[in-house]
Amino acid sequence: MNAVKTIKSRTVVMPATNIDTDQIIPGRFLTTTVKSGLGTHLFADWRYDAAGKPLPDFILNRPEAAGCRILVAGPNIGCGSSREHAPWALQDFGFQAVVSTEIADIFRSNSLKNGLLPVIVNAATHGWLLENPGAEVLIDLESTTLRLPDGRATKFPIDAFPRYCILNGVDELGFLVSQDAAISAYENR
Amino acid sequence: MNQPTTLFEKIWSTHEVVPQSADTPAIIYVDLHLTHEVTSPQAFAELRARGLKVRRPDKILATMDHATPTRTEQVFGGMPITIDSAAKQIRQLEQNCADFGVELLGLQHDLRGIVHIIGPELGVTQPGRTIVCGDSHTSTHGAFGALAFGIGSTEVGHVLATQCLLQTKPKTFAVNVNGHLPAGVTAKDLILAIIGKVGVSGGTGHVIEYRGAAIRAMSMDERMTVCNMTIEAGARAGMIAPDDTTFEYLATTPRTPKGAAWDLAVARWRKLTTDDGAVFDKSIDIDATQLEPMITWGTNPGMVAPISGNIPDHRGDPVFDAAIRYMGLKPGEPIRNSPVNVVFIGSCTNGRLSDLRSAAHILRGHKIAKGVTMLVVPGSQAVKRAAEAEGLHEIFRAAGADWRESGCSMCLGMNGDTVPKGEYSVSTSNRNFEGRQGVGARTLLASPETAAASAIRGRVTDPRELITAQD
Repeated sequence: MNAVKTIKSRTVVMPATNIDTDQIIPGRFLTTTVKSGLGTHLFADWRYDAAGKPLPDFILNRPEAAGCRILVAGPNIGCGSSREHAPWALQDFGFQAVVSTEIADIFRSNSLKNGLLPVIVNAATHGWLLENPGAEVLIDLESTTLRLPDGRATKFPIDAFPRYCILNGVDELGFLVSQDAAISAYENR
Repeated sequence: MNQPTTLFEKIWSTHEVVPQSADTPAIIYVDLHLTHEVTSPQAFAELRARGLKVRRPDKILATMDHATPTRTEQVFGGMPITIDSAAKQIRQLEQNCADFGVELLGLQHDLRGIVHIIGPELGVTQPGRTIVCGDSHTSTHGAFGALAFGIGSTEVGHVLATQCLLQTKPKTFAVNVNGHLPAGVTAKDLILAIIGKVGVSGGTGHVIEYRGAAIRAMSMDERMTVCNMTIEAGARAGMIAPDDTTFEYLATTPRTPKGAAWDLAVARWRKLTTDDGAVFDKSIDIDATQLEPMITWGTNPGMVAPISGNIPDHRGDPVFDAAIRYMGLKPGEPIRNSPVNVVFIGSCTNGRLSDLRSAAHILRGHKIAKGVTMLVVPGSQAVKRAAEAEGLHEIFRAAGADWRESGCSMCLGMNGDTVPKGEYSVSTSNRNFEGRQGVGARTLLASPETAAASAIRGRVTDPRELITAQD
C-alpha cells in the first residue's frame, strides 16, 4: 500500500444518492482472480452503451474528469455488496478519495484497507462540493481536514489506526500477524 | 450485579483477543469463516505472496455458489461452463483449498450450496459464534444468535492468516416487532417493511437485534430471511436471540455437538439473550398486525410498497425520478397488475425448502402465464434433494418453470442466469439495484408466495387472492 499524506485534485461529482457497489462495478466483472485492471469496468453500466462505446455525457467520460483523483458522491455511497472490487476499480481508475456525507460500512472498511480515503463531510461542505464540480480540493490526512479552494477547512472523522496505516503506507495484516502471542493465548484459554 | 448487556455485547466481549484502545481497534476472534470462489482468490494470493499459512483450517469452510452455473450439464458434466472466467475461479478455489488445507464443498459435492444456506444446514452456524464471510449477506447467520457479518477480500486474508479481524465496536439497534403477522404475510414482507421504515442507510454503524412476539413465532427459515436482508438497511449484522426453535433446528444438523456436549452447549446458548434493562443505542417498534405483502417498485430495497398500495409520487425528487425512469413504472399508480416477464425463486434470502414449499403451494395445478419465464433454484443441493423427495420439482415443471442445480443464480447476474434488458423480474432475492439481475433488468423484490402468484397471472399479484381461492 502506498503512503498517502495529502491529496490535491479537482473533483468529479456524482450526486446520486445510494450509489451501490453493483453500480460501481457490476457483478459480471467479478469473475476475476486478481485485483488489477478493474478501472475499465468502473461504473460500466452508466459509462458505456450496449456496444461498449463510452457515453459522451457520462461524467467519467468527459474531458474535465481526466486526472481527477477525488470523487464527490451523494449520500450512502458503497451500499450493498461487500465486493472489494469496488474500491479496487475506483483506485485503478485513478481515484484516491471518496467524499460524501454518508459512506456505507463495508465499502468504507474496504476502502481504508486499500488506501482509498473515505472522507465524510458535513452537509454544508457536501452541498458546496456538489454545486461546484471540478473545484480544486486539498485533503490532508495528517490534520484530517478537507480544504476548499477559498481556504475553508472541514475536519473529517477517521479512526487512529487506519489513519496511521495509510499515512505510513503499511497494511493491517502485518500488525495482526504480529499479535500471534495474544491470539494463541486466546485460543488456549 | 453486572450491568445489563445486549446479546451483541455478550458475544463481542467474549471474542475480544485484545480490546479496543484509543490507537487500535479491537482484535476480534472469528469462530467460523465461510468462503467462496468470488471474494477469496485475491486473499489466498496475498497469503502466498507473504509466505503465510492458513492459521486455523479447522475453522474454515469453502464452497462455490456465486459464479457457478445452475444448469445440470454444466455442473455435472456434458457441457463446459459457459463463462470461462467463472470456470477459472472455480478451479482457483479448488487449488487454493488443496494448497492451504481448507475443507471445500466443491462443484459436484452433494453438500454444496449457497454459503449462507449450507452453514445452517450443516450446523456449523451456531449461537454465540462470530461468523464472517466475504459476502454481505453473512448477516443471515445472525438468526441463530451468532454475530455474523460480511467482510471484504483483504479481511478474508486477515482471517485466513490470523483467524482475527480488526474491528471498531458497532452500536446497537433494537427492532421490536410486536404482535403477529397476519395470514399470508411472510418474513420477507416483514423485512421489506422494516427496510422501508428504517431506510437503506438507517442501520449504518449498527448491529440490529430483532425482538418481539412476531420474531419469536418464526421458524428458523423465516428468521434467516429477516436477518439476511439486514445489510439492505445498512447494518452489517442482524441477530435474534436463540431459543427452543433454534435448538430444535440445530439438533437435527450433522455438525453440532452430540450427547452430553449437546446439553452443555444448549445450556450455554440459553444465556445468549439481551438482559432486561439493557440499553440499545437506538430502537424502533413495528406493529406486525398491520402488515401486508410487500413489493419493491424502485432501485433499492427501501423503495417498497404494500401490494395493495400505490407506487409513490415524488416527482421532482432526483432519487425518485431516476428510480422510476429506470423501472419504467408510473408514479401514483397501483403496484398491483404491474407487468411481469421473469420470476425468480431462490437465493440466500428465499432459497430454503420452506420457501420452495410456499411457492409450490401456490403453483400447484396452475400454469405460469404465457410469456413469463420462471426459474426455481434451490439454495443448496440438500434443499434440491429434499424438494425432489416431496415432488416439488414436478409442480414447478408442470407449471412451466425451469428447475436447476443450487447456486446464487439470477440474484446477481454473474453466472449466466440473467434477466433480459428492460424486462420485469419478480424476484425472491435481496437486491433490486439497477442491473443487479442483468444489464437493464428491472427487479421487483417480493416473497416466494407473491412471486409464484405473479408468475401465474403474468402481472404483480397479491398471493392472498390465490391462497383464498384454493384453500
